[in-house]
Amino acid sequence: MIRFGLIAVLLLATACGTSGPQAGGGEGAGGGTLHVWVLEDKLNATQQKAADEFNKTSPVKVVIDKFNPDSYPDKLRVSIGSPNAPDVFFNWGSGSISPYVKAGELADLTPAFDADPAFKSAFLPAVLDVGKIDNKYYGVPLRGMQPVILFYNKQVFGDAQPPKTWTELLSLVDRFKAQGVTPFALGGATAWTELMWVEYLVDRFGGPDVFKRIYNGEPGAWRDPAVLKAAQAIRDLVDRGAFGTNYASVDYNSHAAETLFAKGRAAMHLMGSWEFTNHTELQPDFAKNGLGFAPFPAVDGGTGDPANVVGNPTNFFSVTAKSKHQDTAIKFLKTMMSDSYVQGLLDAGDVPVLGSVEPKLASTPNPDFARFQLDLVRKAPAFTLSWDQSLSSAGAQTMLTTIQDLFNRKITPEQFVANVENVK
Amino acid sequence: MTTVLDRAGPAAAVTPPGRRPVAMLSRPGAGWIVPGLVLFGLFGIAPMVLVAYLSFTQWNLLGSPQFAGLANWQRFFTDPAILDSLWLSAVLTVLCWGFQTPVSLLLGVWAAGKQRSRAVLSAIFFLPLLLSSTAIAILWHALLDPNWGLPSYLGGDGNFIGTPQGAMISVAFVASWQFIPFHTLIYQAGTRQIPEVLYQAAVMDGASRFQQFVHITLPQLRHTIVTSSVLMIVGALTYFETVLVLTAGGPGTSTYILPFRMYATGFRSYDMGYASAIAFALVVIATAISIILVRISGFAKMRSTREGL
Repeated sequence: MIRFGLIAVLLLATACGTSGPQAGGGEGAGGGTLHVWVLEDKLNATQQKAADEFNKTSPVKVVIDKFNPDSYPDKLRVSIGSPNAPDVFFNWGSGSISPYVKAGELADLTPAFDADPAFKSAFLPAVLDVGKIDNKYYGVPLRGMQPVILFYNKQVFGDAQPPKTWTELLSLVDRFKAQGVTPFALGGATAWTELMWVEYLVDRFGGPDVFKRIYNGEPGAWRDPAVLKAAQAIRDLVDRGAFGTNYASVDYNSHAAETLFAKGRAAMHLMGSWEFTNHTELQPDFAKNGLGFAPFPAVDGGTGDPANVVGNPTNFFSVTAKSKHQDTAIKFLKTMMSDSYVQGLLDAGDVPVLGSVEPKLASTPNPDFARFQLDLVRKAPAFTLSWDQSLSSAGAQTMLTTIQDLFNRKITPEQFVANVENVK
Repeated sequence: MTTVLDRAGPAAAVTPPGRRPVAMLSRPGAGWIVPGLVLFGLFGIAPMVLVAYLSFTQWNLLGSPQFAGLANWQRFFTDPAILDSLWLSAVLTVLCWGFQTPVSLLLGVWAAGKQRSRAVLSAIFFLPLLLSSTAIAILWHALLDPNWGLPSYLGGDGNFIGTPQGAMISVAFVASWQFIPFHTLIYQAGTRQIPEVLYQAAVMDGASRFQQFVHITLPQLRHTIVTSSVLMIVGALTYFETVLVLTAGGPGTSTYILPFRMYATGFRSYDMGYASAIAFALVVIATAISIILVRISGFAKMRSTREGL
């Protein structure tokens, strides 16, 4: 009997899985729900507030669905195109949505931007372009900028200054090694932390066009000398012990790298700007007194502008093509530039990608860091999106495992270039 | 044994041998297999058929699968990465079997005895089996941290799980740690089945404890060893969550065993067609290995271990 019950439950569950009460279909004219998918993070409260505010006047009610970041891309991929698809969803722009654009699953937001110039001009153009595919806009920025920054531990640095050139960086490596401190914390068990080094070095050696050619799938793009130079520079750092010896076992996701850094066992940490928030939450004293931040240094003989940055220009909301409430969705997305939403972002430590944000920075909890980020991004001639978000999913997987092999000295810089050559 | 005899007894007494209808009365009706069949069909057979179909298509989870003929299978048989994964799977299987069998055999034989505090210690040894694989992997993942975990107390720089060999050993160890209790239980039950008279006779002949173990316990456990080994080997071929949580296939692709490559192909690269081909190959390989094991070990002939008793 128990087993019969079990089957009934399972069948019921399967039935719900295929025709669940989602996507707000057919709930009468004017009514219905608009499902907005977001990641579980510190912005959820702000997003919920925006939804509550919006729902006061809208006949179509916004529902915020939160997801675990690790499984979110899979979940999204399975849902889009199915009856359970969200109306609006969080993404990283570029490569993370281009398969959906190609499959015709996303709504073109260009008309909405064209119809409301104030909406379009509110966002920094360079950032907005990351959500642009084949000259059409598919994303509205929903949060702050996340450039990759060279964090340094002021207590360990003492009178030393953060490196401005590669030579300075190398002499700092020697200096900290002599002190018995690991020069750079690196969560090498998590491959994308190593990717940040490759991204910055390729940009410094050859400029942003090198990756643009890789992204466009141009033949021989990986054979650009800048890629090999970057790989050689990394191998040199590894050989010098710049990351210590056990970085391959250090897991970023369990906060191992940032703890090493905050405790002074490592002097520097190359990481996304979100690391600042992590430190303020986990090591508030260190965040207040010991945490320094600087741009990635220039390299000798590089043709890339040292003001360029890499990272995530922002995250985006996109609208699905099959959503029954596209107009409502766009109306809701316009609240992303409202004062109350922007204030919510600022309070959470984010610097929104709006041109008008500067005067508001002074009243935030960490105005120095906020202004540093804004200046860094505004002065950057190019802001390259994290490569693993730009490339195809399969290509990104190959690239990440190959980068890990390079850092672990399993392959030479020359082999690295050969192994990633066909990645698109 | 007694229950079977009791049930067969009255039926045999009422009807002459060979008359099935009456004998059937004492057996459950065919209707009772429906739940089992439905469950197995729905969650065993149907997905397998679907996977077999998908392995002949290209599908990135968007739109409908496009028929691709033998493309995925051609790729499967020429892809050096598959060979690499097969090798890693084989290494992991051998490591797991080689570690689990002696430990669980000795523990099982020990647990079958009547020593003091046996029950308490057995209960403690049994604990890992009650935890979920993911919880165990997360726990060991934290324990293996080079700077704050166990390796930092063992001297050296603690770089263990970040090396290809260390990562593979970690996966084998953690998976074994989880499943040794299960196999201990099998061996304990097997050992308790061994007739006491054999040991009594051996003691009279002056056999030592070690001789008793080698000449009585081990041969008597022959079938148990085969059963446990089949479960271990097929189990090791399908380990997945331990790898995902502990090493995520890394460093590089050093722990990309076949099931993990299947997952990475399907849910990281969104290549469902090729992932299905890998999945189907995995089913074929695991089935073939268990059939071969059963054949060569003579398990299928079911020769009694009690011959001559």
